[in-house]
Amino acid sequence: MKRNLNQTLGLILCFFISINWLFSQTKKNTCLDCHLQLEEKLASPAQAFKIDIHANYGFDCSACHGGNSEKEELEEAKDKSFKGIPSRQDIPKLCASCHSDPNIMRRYNPNIRVDQFDLYLTSHHGRAWTKGDTKVALCTDCHGAHGIQSASMPQSLTFAWNIAATCGRCHSDNNLMKNYGLPGQQEEDFRASVHAQALYEKKDLSAPTCNDCHGNHGATPPEVASVANVCRQCHPSPASLFSRSPHKAAFDEAGIAECQACHGHHRIEPPDYELLPKGKKDVCLQCHNENSRSYEEGSNLREKFMALDAQLEKVSFKIEKIAQQGIEISEARFLSQQAQSEFLEARNLIHSLSLAEIEKKIKESQAIIEKLSTLITEAEREARLRKTGLIVATLFLFLLALALWLKARQLRRKRP
Amino acid sequence: MKPWGNQNLLRNNKQETSELSLRPKKGQKFLLYLAERFSWQAIVDLAKKKTVPEHPYSFWTYFGGLCLFLFVIQVITGLLLLLYYVPSIDRAHESIIYIMGQVKFGWLIRSVHSWTANILIGVIFVHMFSTFLLKAYRPPREITWITGFFLLLIFMAFGFSGYLLPWNELSFFATRVGTDILGQIPLIGRALKSFVLGGQEISGATLSRFYWFHIAVLPCLAFLFLGIHLYLIQVQGISRPIGVKPEKIREIPFFPDFFLRDAVIWSLVLALIGVLCVFFPWEIGKKADPFAPTPLGIRPEWYFTFMFTTLKLVPSHILGLEGEKIILLIFALGGLFWMLVPFWDRKAYRDQNNPVTTAIGVAVILYISIMTLITYLFPRL
Amino acid sequence: MKRRKFFDFLLGGAALGTFISLFYPVLRYLIPPPSKEEEVQRTKAASVGELTPNTGKIFRFGSIPALLVFTADGTYKAFSAICTHLTCTVGFDSQTQTILCPCHNGRFDLEGRVISGPPPRPLDPLEVEISGEEIFVYRKRG
Repeated sequence: MKRNLNQTLGLILCFFISINWLFSQTKKNTCLDCHLQLEEKLASPAQAFKIDIHANYGFDCSACHGGNSEKEELEEAKDKSFKGIPSRQDIPKLCASCHSDPNIMRRYNPNIRVDQFDLYLTSHHGRAWTKGDTKVALCTDCHGAHGIQSASMPQSLTFAWNIAATCGRCHSDNNLMKNYGLPGQQEEDFRASVHAQALYEKKDLSAPTCNDCHGNHGATPPEVASVANVCRQCHPSPASLFSRSPHKAAFDEAGIAECQACHGHHRIEPPDYELLPKGKKDVCLQCHNENSRSYEEGSNLREKFMALDAQLEKVSFKIEKIAQQGIEISEARFLSQQAQSEFLEARNLIHSLSLAEIEKKIKESQAIIEKLSTLITEAEREARLRKTGLIVATLFLFLLALALWLKARQLRRKRP
Repeated sequence: MKPWGNQNLLRNNKQETSELSLRPKKGQKFLLYLAERFSWQAIVDLAKKKTVPEHPYSFWTYFGGLCLFLFVIQVITGLLLLLYYVPSIDRAHESIIYIMGQVKFGWLIRSVHSWTANILIGVIFVHMFSTFLLKAYRPPREITWITGFFLLLIFMAFGFSGYLLPWNELSFFATRVGTDILGQIPLIGRALKSFVLGGQEISGATLSRFYWFHIAVLPCLAFLFLGIHLYLIQVQGISRPIGVKPEKIREIPFFPDFFLRDAVIWSLVLALIGVLCVFFPWEIGKKADPFAPTPLGIRPEWYFTFMFTTLKLVPSHILGLEGEKIILLIFALGGLFWMLVPFWDRKAYRDQNNPVTTAIGVAVILYISIMTLITYLFPRL
Repeated sequence: MKRRKFFDFLLGGAALGTFISLFYPVLRYLIPPPSKEEEVQRTKAASVGELTPNTGKIFRFGSIPALLVFTADGTYKAFSAICTHLTCTVGFDSQTQTILCPCHNGRFDLEGRVISGPPPRPLDPLEVEISGEEIFVYRKRG
């Protein structure tokens, strides 16, 4: 009985091993076998293809290049269907032959979109390509040719951190951009922006990079009228405040791009009250007269912000100083955080141009600072008290040590 | 209170008593009343008779008394902390913040407790090494030495258990590493670890256990061993170092001479602790989050770092055996060897200086100092 | 003899001073402090009937702001109101019946899960308990 069981188990094992062997044999790819042996130029695509998302789904070289990857002989492998390197003019259509076909894509990822090619045709890149310009970006320029990876993979050319470099490969090339009448410093500008700071320094992958404002496959700069819509994807609050402000109608009439007029584009710097009248980066002068009443009001507001900012800075400096002395002031930290956030809200309310609302927020922030000052004074008194207490206690301890020592000496002398 | 001023009063001498009774003061009368009822004459006589040898090395004898003084501080501040500390995972850290921020002088009590804990362990080390190098362990003082060694272990356990109680990030992960090492011990490691942790992982049960160790088990053990240690010192007196000529040794009365000097040192050390606490109050740290990744640069309290760094430095395998286990075995055997020195140092037994033990002592001091230094000089090791 | 007296006086005085300077802190320590402990475990968020269905309320939970939502189907939910993206305070948006962070348009559903926007994690949930006419919120244990 036992032997029988062993034999059966052995047979089952043999069966699985042979099945496994069979499957590993069918995955034969003679293209790779040869190309990996060849010189660098011919070997590197084969090398890169190993991590390609298409390779992971079981595609081999023949999917794009044609030919028969199962034949050992070169002549048989490069049969009639062999296409060699697809021409740049053909690439978008080649990719689209699968990626625009829902019936094919559904088999691999039912959720993937199939409109990339259509979108591409609406982009500046796509339109130029339709006219026969092959210097513009094609699928492979942004995704790579061999070694294409999902945008969620950090090594992918289309991963959030890598997009600026991917786009910049062409858009930072002044010689190339000259032909299209485009400036070549967008990437540099972007890298100096608050968005790049969030993306690269704070590692916030939700921070926008090129494609978040321009679109990806349908990449085109937003129109003047739609800039605000693009920004409000992430900044709904300033956008809605702006929409109900008197600026809205005025900007629309003058055909000024809403957010961009003051905050610029690409090199978008952290918001700053220096943008207000008489500030270092005064943007109001672009339209307003220096002697107007509104300009004056704006300038007053800037001074109030400045004063409040200085106050907040002073408070947090004091808090840090007290904390360094080891006094527990988490309550003050919490209040300071609150005052800071009220201040931020006040600054945000600038977009509404409603003086009353802004002043109310400023007052709220100041009220919190008021509360904070009492806390800080108490903490400072505590710090002084600790030091005085220490001095008194130490003095007594030293005095005690001295007295004990004198006593000991005296007793010793008295003894024979 | 000047106990030494009242010596006359406490003598069981009828003549003197009657002399004094000629002009009795109220306080003296009361003391007399107590003395009769408690019959503490025996103790007073012992204290009067007790002498301490004074010799070129007697500086080191003060460290024992200092240990006792610091232990008393720990008991007092520890008892005070019990008033506000809550041993549960969602309250422990908050209660420490409360003590440090809201309770008047809470910052002082906690800082004194934490600083003194560290100073105490340092002083115990000095006391132990000076005893070792002066060969004060030799018979008949073997048991004093062994109880002293156990007291060191008990105080290290105090430190280890107390470190977790504030439930902050650093102590949480240091405890995790420490108990992992415990789990490495062959055969009993796993059982020991789960006993100490109260489960497989650090949890609320661990906090309860550490609290239990810290305020119940260890104090009992400490009092037991300290009692034996002190009793033996009273009975046997303080050892005289080998090789010091008898004419260089002078007996001085313990009370008041030696005690007064002890008290001088205690006042100065207390002043030092005060300065440390005001200028460097003990940190609260971030509340421990069991699911957070281990922060960089975690290490145990400094007195464990020599073992910690040794474990980091050893190769993972020595002669086909796990490096960590070998090192743990060496530490255990080394500790045993160290504890049993009165029994194998035969020369000291015959009151002769043994350069081999001296060399071993110096080597151990150097080893511990260097390893501790390495931990702090090369934190990224 | 005079000198001895002076020493005794010095010793007595110093000992008394030390005693006082050591026991004053201890005595103050023993007096219970007036304010309650820092982190509250349970706090009253609102009264029953204070909120109409499909509204929310921000209340103070210890040292952090928290959000109590009375959903359209009549249940209470509470969360830490600190957005997991950049710590702005979130609020209830009754039109979409979601929790919205106004800073960068992060949206959470009524279980605190991220629906859209940059927040990396769900909101920290709090437990709600209705006791008589009062609604209490507390942090889940364990």
